[in-house]
Amino acid sequence: MNPAPSVKTLMIDGKDVSARADQSILDAARENAIPIPTLCHLDGLSEAGACRLCLVELKGTPRLQPACVTLVEEGMEVTTQSPRLEKYRRMVVELLFAERNHVCSVCVSNNMCELQDMAKQLGVTHVRFPYRYPRLPVDTTHERFTMDHNRCILCTRCVRVCTEIEGAHTWGVFGRGVDAHLITDLDIPWGTSDTCTSCGKCVQVCPTGALFEKSKVGMQSQKNPDFLNYLNEMREIER
Amino acid sequence: MTFEELEQIAAETRENREKSPRELNVCVAAGCLSLHSDAVKKSLEEEVKRTGATCRVRGTGCMGLCSLGPLVASEPSGQLYKSVAAADAAEIVKNLEGAPVPRLLCSREQPFFQRQNLIVLENSGRIDPEKIEEYIAADGYRALVHALTEVNPNEIVQEVSKSGLRGRGGAGYPTGLKWGTVSKTAGTTKYVICNADEGDPGAFMDRSVLESDPHRVLEGMAIAAYAVGATRGYIYVRAEYPLAVKRFGTAIREARRLGFLGSQICNTKFNFDMEVRIGGGAFVCGEETALIASIEGRRGAPRPRPPYPAQAGLWDMPTLINNVETFANIPSIVRRGGDWYASIGTKKSKGTKVFALTGKVRNVGLIEVPMGTTLRQIIYEIGGGGPEGHKFKAVQTGGPSGGCIPEQFLDLSVDYESLRELGSIMGSGGMIVMDDSACMVNVAHYFMEFCMSESCGKCIPCRSGTAQMFELLTRMTLGTATARDLELLEELCDMVSSTSLCGLGQSAPNPVLSTLRYFRDEYIEHINEKRCRAGVCECGSTVGVTA
Repeated sequence: MNPAPSVKTLMIDGKDVSARADQSILDAARENAIPIPTLCHLDGLSEAGACRLCLVELKGTPRLQPACVTLVEEGMEVTTQSPRLEKYRRMVVELLFAERNHVCSVCVSNNMCELQDMAKQLGVTHVRFPYRYPRLPVDTTHERFTMDHNRCILCTRCVRVCTEIEGAHTWGVFGRGVDAHLITDLDIPWGTSDTCTSCGKCVQVCPTGALFEKSKVGMQSQKNPDFLNYLNEMREIER
Repeated sequence: MTFEELEQIAAETRENREKSPRELNVCVAAGCLSLHSDAVKKSLEEEVKRTGATCRVRGTGCMGLCSLGPLVASEPSGQLYKSVAAADAAEIVKNLEGAPVPRLLCSREQPFFQRQNLIVLENSGRIDPEKIEEYIAADGYRALVHALTEVNPNEIVQEVSKSGLRGRGGAGYPTGLKWGTVSKTAGTTKYVICNADEGDPGAFMDRSVLESDPHRVLEGMAIAAYAVGATRGYIYVRAEYPLAVKRFGTAIREARRLGFLGSQICNTKFNFDMEVRIGGGAFVCGEETALIASIEGRRGAPRPRPPYPAQAGLWDMPTLINNVETFANIPSIVRRGGDWYASIGTKKSKGTKVFALTGKVRNVGLIEVPMGTTLRQIIYEIGGGGPEGHKFKAVQTGGPSGGCIPEQFLDLSVDYESLRELGSIMGSGGMIVMDDSACMVNVAHYFMEFCMSESCGKCIPCRSGTAQMFELLTRMTLGTATARDLELLEELCDMVSSTSLCGLGQSAPNPVLSTLRYFRDEYIEHINEKRCRAGVCECGSTVGVTA
């Protein structure tokens, strides 16, 4: 049996906290009711480190570090809120809104959307950058679900849940930069995918209206990713 | 393989050459090849055959002065011929014994050749890159045999540390320290990777080294593997370098044939073999974690560090990853000692650096100079200055991660720290000289377009931020930007460099930041007066444009 990981003590926002050595700053902070915003992180999935919302300041380190993948260390001094961090977080949300076509008023996930909530939480009242208005397709070929590329923020939660939990490897990312987008299998319509098991996990973990169940709008479109922790516990996967 | 066997091969090769010392060396590296040096070589071969002259015609690597290619060197007299066409073959062969052909003569006495100090490029253009015996005759593989049979791995790491060699890929991390970390990290299998995914616009150092002297890199990798305890190696070469891929593949086969790769190398317990992996055309795969993902067969996207590859790299095993030029320095350091290497260069940047000198200079080509050489020496003495009638404006180093250095800093000595202080970086060694016909806003626009299309799309600041910066810069070049756009641009530069996941995004704003620092008035002109003083951008008004 492996020895239990050692315990570290550190300081987050001036508060002394203890954490196991294998815990991330994000885990330690949330255990202690210190909120750090995230979009690509989801309890029960591997970390992507992609949304950059959870960046925190570490004393003695010039670069900002993502709390989701940075492990705690003895004597660490973490700052999760500062004018600089808040400014960058607001800009991340602004960049996301300007990137694709996030029109909340006509979105199936209006009021059920993590991106929308994040904007509210961070006080993003308007977007200063030019909207890009890309022309993006909507894949409605699956009999139960829809993929709307206009709403996708490329958090890759769907890719990870499909790979790590369902084991189907249906979702993937294709293309580079602003042209990067999700694909099913080798870029075929979702409905024709041989690997998709129609389990719907991708839909449940999607933070926005990019993946949704057909004919469910408004309150019905509420997503529930809590199954992940249950599944992981049953499978005894430690994350 | 022992020293004696090595010496025997070297002696035989030298003897063969001495038996008929006359030879014509034709550069068949990509630069001259694109000027049809293969046709020159063929016609020289035919001419030699026709006239029955006793002369070997060999294909060799880069001779440096690419702008005057195709280059042909006539040995043993040492004459260098420039801009040789296939039709010149008869005249060259006819004059093999007598006076040289004055029309084609290119002096080796000019500063371009005299001011250089060749270590990495010492064999480049002098040996046939496809023949291992020629590399051995030039003292090749002595360092590997010495390392394996006479010293222990730690002594090699110490020697490399003593040399002060720093990573030549751009960031300048101390090579000895990296090797020490990998050698001390426990792992069932360790890997050595050579990063040959050179992608900076205007850079061709690594390509030339691989095309001209592949065994040097291979030997450096084998020594590194011995030093850190690795058994497998990969060289990741971009697909756009087919000749480098081919020559390195040949080098691997030749090295296996003579037992420099494989098991029980030099009758020791050291086993090491390697293979070539070919990139799929993504610039971001030059970033080490993306490169590792690509070798593993996954999408070439970076992941957050730590853990660094030295701890958990390829297939989560301790991995040493260095650039082509870094490995190419190793055989010389092991053969001649760390102290010798450390005696060249500046206090913190040791040795020499290979630069691809391009842009508005007379002598475009590949050069190797000691660290600490000033930009003025490089551009005016070696490069021969810019074309007549134009005024020097800036030199761009470090590609899309670097910046533009204006005239007032030309006397600055080139090393890692001094370039960083100026807002640029050493980078892998691209050096683009620009004169007053270049618009700095347009230059920033060009590099931002590059970063935007090469961003992998994983993290938001780089994916969406570069696209926004590109849009703002486009407005400036079109004359539709406002002062507010400049503010937004500066804000984005700060945000993208502070929050991006990998080096590509973190350094993407550098070309903008450095041009804003030294050429802000040009930005202001584009915005307020809708004027481009170089006449490059179409911002409506052409007042003041002279060109």
